[in-house]
Amino acid sequence: MSEIRSPAVASNLPEYTVSEVSQAVKRTLETSFERVRVRGELSGFKRHTSGHCYFTLKDAEAAMDGVCWRGTAMRLGIKPEDGMEVICTGRITTYPGRSKYQIVIESMELAGEGALLKMIEDRRKRLAAEGLFDAERKRQLPFLPEVIGVITSPTGAVIRDILHRLADRFPRHVLLWPVIVQGEGAAEQVAEAIRGFGALPEGGAVPRPNVLIVARGGGSLEDLMAFNEEIVVRAAATSRIPLISAVGHETDTTLIDHASDRRAPTPSAAAEMAVPVRADLIADLQRDGQRLASALTRALSERRSQLDGLARGLGDPRRLIEDRAQRLDDWGDRLKLGLTNWVQQRRAKIAESAGRLMAFRSNAARRFEREDKHLAELGGRLRRCMTALTERLARDLESLGRHLSSVSYEKVLERGFVLATDAAGHPVQKAAETHASMALRLHFHDGTVGATVTEGAARKPARPAAVSDAPKKQGTLL
Amino acid sequence: MPQTAIPADIAKLGFEEALQELETIVRNLEGGKGKLEDSIKAYERGAFLKQHCEAKLRDAQMKVEKIVLGPDGAEKTQSLD
Repeated sequence: MSEIRSPAVASNLPEYTVSEVSQAVKRTLETSFERVRVRGELSGFKRHTSGHCYFTLKDAEAAMDGVCWRGTAMRLGIKPEDGMEVICTGRITTYPGRSKYQIVIESMELAGEGALLKMIEDRRKRLAAEGLFDAERKRQLPFLPEVIGVITSPTGAVIRDILHRLADRFPRHVLLWPVIVQGEGAAEQVAEAIRGFGALPEGGAVPRPNVLIVARGGGSLEDLMAFNEEIVVRAAATSRIPLISAVGHETDTTLIDHASDRRAPTPSAAAEMAVPVRADLIADLQRDGQRLASALTRALSERRSQLDGLARGLGDPRRLIEDRAQRLDDWGDRLKLGLTNWVQQRRAKIAESAGRLMAFRSNAARRFEREDKHLAELGGRLRRCMTALTERLARDLESLGRHLSSVSYEKVLERGFVLATDAAGHPVQKAAETHASMALRLHFHDGTVGATVTEGAARKPARPAAVSDAPKKQGTLL
Repeated sequence: MPQTAIPADIAKLGFEEALQELETIVRNLEGGKGKLEDSIKAYERGAFLKQHCEAKLRDAQMKVEKIVLGPDGAEKTQSLD
């Protein structure tokens, strides 16, 4: 301020111009409140055609002006509305034209712990209830799209990452629909891009993509807010072209991820989902080609060997006849031989039977002979025994006879004794056996005479009476 | 490999459909079933399919364009630098 100080005026207060004061105030304010966080309710929010936004922040007691320049407004995570309780970060300054102090916003967030998250969650539930996130709405991505539509910022790492990954895997025709990805108008642009791609006619001047990628790099929850906007979620859910969402980093989930057909954790991953790896496909194709050729070769060689096998099975007709002729010969021979054998066998059997019969016969004859001999021998022995016996008997008889004769009464008679017998011929040996007048016969050795007892028996045996009869011829002893 | 023109019905096929049909043909051929004539026909078709797929892969080129809306709101494209 030295340049405006007037050294000439010593006693009085220095005199400033309005501009000087307002500039001084501005400087003072700006150095005192370099950066502040202010909580308050939004009111009188106005978006100027220039893109800058003007509003008032107030609480129960006070109010202050706020301004948000276009560049910042585009990056705001939330869509400011009157009545919103917000926390603004920015610096305090004045607008010298009116000398009203105001806060120039760098960022704005919803006040309250998790207020933004709660708002998003409420919206998610509402849209889910409508069925926008249903699993059956999800479509299969094309295997190899001809044209890929990418909706993202034309500058920055995201589009470069996607193009790079596509070039690595499978170069494709890429159509970029440039949009701003955060702040004012971002949601509308993204939604319009999704609809615009879907509206492209098949075979028109601009080729219609087969798959869409909506992508944005990582950022704060507020940075990603455009992809939580209902207009974007609805556009994604009703996209006519299968859509991959790739917003933020892996850990970030925005509502568009629920509505898209596939959710990629990063923009590069979206490119990987969109196309297969060309080199892999070429290798697959080569392998398939080889398999095709070798399958046909194998099919042919299988049939060749099948044919060979069958041909072998068919056989040589000559061989067929030869075989049969040989078999016929063989069996003929065996037939002849068989008959001969049969006869021979039977002959042999007969011979054997005859032999056995003969043997039996001679056996029997031998046995008869033996029996005969035995019999003869026995007969001989019998005869000899008989002879011996008769001889012995004869001898015994003779000796007995001799002996008998030696003891016979006739011998006694010869010696002079007489034998008396009664009329019946019984010997009378005792006198007591006699009685007077009893007729006796007296036997002498030279004959018999009759006599009669004259005297009765006495004490002493009487002498035989005189013989009365002439001697008779000696009778038999027995 | 036959050098004759690819049949129109194959030329119309997308890469994936052609590849799928090729795989089906290969699997069937490898199964070793069917008539010989059919096998040869299938092989010829397989060869065309392979040729078609190869052409599709060979022609892969990166082309990057950017949508530009004309004053009438119609989409146009221009090369992306």
